[in-house]
Amino acid sequence: MPLLKDGKTVDDVWAFVEDGHELSPGGCIIVSLGRFLSEHDQLLARNRSIGVRLAVSDDPALLARFLDQLHLIELQFPKYTDGRAFSQAQLLRRRYGYKGEIRATGQVLRDQLRLMIRSGFDAMIIDEANAEGVYDYSAHEFSEFYQAASDTTDTIFIKRQKKREEKAAE
Amino acid sequence: MYRYDEFDETLVRERAKQFRGQVERRLKGELKEENFKPLRLQNGVYLQLHAYMLRVAIPYGQLSAKKLRQLAMIADKYDKGYGHFTTRQNIQFNWIKLAEIPDALEALADVEMHAIQTSGNCIRNVTSDHLAGAAFDELEDPRPWCEIIRQWSTFHPEFSALPRKFKIAVTAATPDRAAVKVHDIGLVMKRNTQGKTGFEVMVGGGLGRTPYIGPTVREWVSKQDLLSYLEAIMRVYNRYGRRDNKYKARVKILVHELGVPEFARQVEEEFANQNAREKVLLPQEEVDRITAYFAPPKFETLSTKSATLDAAIAAEHHFARWCRNNLRAHKIPGYTCVHIALKPQGVAPGDASSAQMRAAADIAEKYAFDDIRVAHEQDLVLPHVKLDDVPAVYAALKANDMHASNAGLGSDIIACPGLDYCNLSNARSISVANEIQALFADPEFEDEVGALHINVSGCINACGHHHVGHIGILGVDKKGEEFYQILFGGRADEKAAIGEIQGPGLRHEEVAPALKRVISKYLELRTSKTEKLADAMTRLGQAPFKEALYAAA
Repeated sequence: MPLLKDGKTVDDVWAFVEDGHELSPGGCIIVSLGRFLSEHDQLLARNRSIGVRLAVSDDPALLARFLDQLHLIELQFPKYTDGRAFSQAQLLRRRYGYKGEIRATGQVLRDQLRLMIRSGFDAMIIDEANAEGVYDYSAHEFSEFYQAASDTTDTIFIKRQKKREEKAAE
Repeated sequence: MYRYDEFDETLVRERAKQFRGQVERRLKGELKEENFKPLRLQNGVYLQLHAYMLRVAIPYGQLSAKKLRQLAMIADKYDKGYGHFTTRQNIQFNWIKLAEIPDALEALADVEMHAIQTSGNCIRNVTSDHLAGAAFDELEDPRPWCEIIRQWSTFHPEFSALPRKFKIAVTAATPDRAAVKVHDIGLVMKRNTQGKTGFEVMVGGGLGRTPYIGPTVREWVSKQDLLSYLEAIMRVYNRYGRRDNKYKARVKILVHELGVPEFARQVEEEFANQNAREKVLLPQEEVDRITAYFAPPKFETLSTKSATLDAAIAAEHHFARWCRNNLRAHKIPGYTCVHIALKPQGVAPGDASSAQMRAAADIAEKYAFDDIRVAHEQDLVLPHVKLDDVPAVYAALKANDMHASNAGLGSDIIACPGLDYCNLSNARSISVANEIQALFADPEFEDEVGALHINVSGCINACGHHHVGHIGILGVDKKGEEFYQILFGGRADEKAAIGEIQGPGLRHEEVAPALKRVISKYLELRTSKTEKLADAMTRLGQAPFKEALYAAA
């Protein structure tokens, strides 16, 4: 399935390593939160890129002190009606200031892409032949937002205020 | 009334276009029904027994003549010439074709309306007191805050795939006419000890399979903090609400399983942890801008009495009865609030034809400052009518068969569409409601019984609010046959209470006669006419009424 990063199809260089399995000598690896929390000293000591997979019930706060050392966090949509990963992404971006990749996996459908982008996802694995086209369409379906989110704080409430201020300044 | 600016307009247009694309993909087979379902639901489109149903939002129940006429147009063009007003101040069209829904959404956008988030597991249409801005007993007009909540909750990126649906109601009056205690969040505007107006916050009320009265999780939150506080509640719910069982997924279950103090602690912790970036910024000038749309209409200075009205009351006893039952006190002398009870004998409660909608629109334009409300009792309300104009309003209503004189009485029944329309339903609701209405066919008898709320649901999902009727009726299916359980003691007002099931279910034809016995027992036992049936049940307990219920001849 295509991996989209910032709306472009890219090769996936990351591999998830199951708990208890040995780590490959090189490459970018993703581990579970449990494994990361128990082995973070060894994992981060190696000169390689580390990602962490959070289950929907995992608390992103547990990663807060490691975030500047992580390159990827994978959040999951076991079903696309399960929106817990939206809260996890918002927490990572807006509360803890995480700047690395947030990747969506699981049941990722085109009609959620806008919500994902708003919530802070910049990567997703999506079952669409024309993934870039679908992304481009979905990302721009709406041009205005009432809520601040990970993508913008320029809400309709704030834009109206700016217009008032511009008008007053004239 | 709030008017869209270019931002609000852009969003509803883009939504209509988005849904048109989704419907096209569905009709071409590119989108499976399974994946289409959550999308159509967030646009208020249900697949019912016979057809698709479109539920249109009427935010906090407010309509103008222009909007109501457009609903009438939609009823004629895309449906069978009528619509059904619901207990959440929405309107439903029951016979609409999927391929035509995008056109209907465009037509709604033309009059600043939409069907956004009228169903699905998201924040639903925000509801309020139908007398907001007119009631003499309110602290201030709650509608600006309803509109602010509407905007904040529209397409919320974090809260669009919640464990379950989420309903918010707001009131600012002491008597609760918006049933806020049976909503996921109920907000009651009130002053704190320093005299500042804010909101008491209740979370976890609701009906359905597991009814609860919403407990207060915070005594007072300021206006400035309201949206940030709501975000804290929503995040706790989105993260920790149950998703393993749809019948245990409402926030009421989370509140109940954690306990109110622990739920409140988690919300407070989340609220306290919000950093400056996470707080919802709502400039005061923006609050002022929205509030200005709800400025009172230009009331005249009038006497508290109207000679015209008094003369008409003296002249005609049907009119006198209608005035006695369907008018409510207004905060301005010389004005009144008019209930248009959509409950004539033998009609589905809450239904209105397109002709009736147009008539109500004309009346509102001519006599009521172009303001029409939908009440959660499935009635329409004209909140601002001059006493002098009441006879003319009555005449116009009567010409369109909208002059039922039963507002708040026994035949003003709340009922869901039931098995006649709904594929969730186990039993018919409308026909039971109609048979009960017939008990009150004699106006003198109905007036004698006085205030009485009878609510009918066709299944356990409780769309007919059976738990909070003074008498509630719940349709159940027993081996393919319809039975009806009877509940006593429910209330939806500020003394909200959940009714108790009395015993074995009754057959369809047994319900109305059984209720007649209960009402006769009440008339026999009450201390005086001022003791209403609900009060008599409180004083005497339910036992004598239960005995009457099952005392079949």
